[in-house]
Amino acid sequence: MWPLSRQNKIPLMPKKNVDAASLNSPDLFGASVAPAKRRHVYTVSEITRDIKIILENTFTEVWVEAEISDFRGPHPSGHLYFSLKDEGAVLSATVFAGAAKDIKFKIENGLKVVCFGRIDLYLPHGKYKLVIEKVEPKGIGSLQLALEQLKKKLASEGLFAPERKRRIPYLPSRIGVVTSQSGAALKDILKVLDRRFCSSCVTISPAQVQGEGAKEDISRAIEALNAFNESLPQGERIDVLIVGRGGGSMEDLWAFNEEVVVRAICASKIPVVSAVGHEHDWTIADLVADLRAPTPSAAAELVVPEKGELLQRLEGLKGDIKNALSNIALGFQDSLEDLLHRLKLNVAHILELSAGSLDSASRKLELLNPVLMIEQYKARAVDLARQICVRLGHFLKLKEAGFNKAVEKLSGLSPLNILGRGYSITFLLPQGQIIKDANALAAGDAIRTKLHKGQIISKVMQVE
Amino acid sequence: MPEVKFEDALKKLEKIVEELEAGDLSLDEALKKYQDGIELSRLCAQRLELAKKKIEVLSRNKKGEFELKPLEETKSEE
Repeated sequence: MWPLSRQNKIPLMPKKNVDAASLNSPDLFGASVAPAKRRHVYTVSEITRDIKIILENTFTEVWVEAEISDFRGPHPSGHLYFSLKDEGAVLSATVFAGAAKDIKFKIENGLKVVCFGRIDLYLPHGKYKLVIEKVEPKGIGSLQLALEQLKKKLASEGLFAPERKRRIPYLPSRIGVVTSQSGAALKDILKVLDRRFCSSCVTISPAQVQGEGAKEDISRAIEALNAFNESLPQGERIDVLIVGRGGGSMEDLWAFNEEVVVRAICASKIPVVSAVGHEHDWTIADLVADLRAPTPSAAAELVVPEKGELLQRLEGLKGDIKNALSNIALGFQDSLEDLLHRLKLNVAHILELSAGSLDSASRKLELLNPVLMIEQYKARAVDLARQICVRLGHFLKLKEAGFNKAVEKLSGLSPLNILGRGYSITFLLPQGQIIKDANALAAGDAIRTKLHKGQIISKVMQVE
Repeated sequence: MPEVKFEDALKKLEKIVEELEAGDLSLDEALKKYQDGIELSRLCAQRLELAKKKIEVLSRNKKGEFELKPLEETKSEE
């Protein structure tokens, strides 16, 4: 439409040669004028206004991509002032309070953004800028960016630190629940509580869990339970709080990512179990809670033990105690019996020994009894006497035998016995010498021959 | 509600069982621990049995004071 200059793409108005009368009227566009060469002299207002018109008409709706810089923080009026830049140029920008409150994330220097707005030139300053209606972070959803920014901020405050997390009581005396009164989450929680520990004491602080006003409602409900708790006597206090809702989209769960809810959870004096959505949904509320449950039912399971199991355990322990004591007592009894037994044995042994000594002593005494000795000697004497007799007897017999033997031998040698065998003794008569040699005789000698029986007187007839 | 927390009582009870089972005690000590243990188990059982089911909804009345109402009542009000 308009001829474009080579350097910038801003269309220029054709130079007009006008006279003083027509200095401020823009309706001379296109009108041919007498080419009287006269120098046009603008006032500042005039030229600025012209520039303003050109700019504002050309850039009534533009999208600009840039990096935020020069942002000094929100202005007390609520308007935001910063610059948009890239490597080559800088553009001033403003977000008025009305649009500013719709921005879900925090404006930070260095953020790459895409902005929608219009160019505006403010005459008194002679400066143009982009008036931004909408701004989005480049490359990431604004909700996501807001989430990241909040997470960073809270992390730097140490609110995600594991040391902050308090212990959930093992058996709570009273359970607080912040959730929608008509939602499925409450039904699930109550059902599980009833199943596991039917005598649970529950106090519900109802809240809207999604949509407009949810974040305020939830934080108010948490604060209410805490305030209420302060008014209760020690023994009746709520010792754990379940905050949550059933499953849904990220938008549905968004209230639990809001700073006001997160701060309420951090500020709660009662330990908080978060139970938002399903297994894989994580919100910032889950990160700051003392314990995170994947679902409301799971929260109820974490918060309360199973009564039946507990009672069984108690019974078991009671039984164990009784058995243990029994064993100890039996142990002692055994020791006692053993000691008694050993005592008895020892005493018996001692007695036996004593009896034995007594026995041997009395036997010894008996042995030493003189009467006994006398008897002994007497017997000995008798015995000896007998022995003497016997020996003497033997001796005599022996001698007798010897004598007899000698007698026999003598008898054997006796000449008379020889005679018995047929021999004879010859005597020379008249002297009667015994003749052993025949030569001692001459014929005619008279001899006596003694035979065994009788004798013969004879005369020698011949000698040989 | 007694001052002793249920969990602490249960832990103490288990500890007593351990000590008795170790058997390293004099008869007097064992008897005392037995007594304590039985008492603790009675206490715990009591806590489990005596608790009464109560489900209530917290709200504020017109004066801004806290009020508790049983659940069924408030449900019927919806």
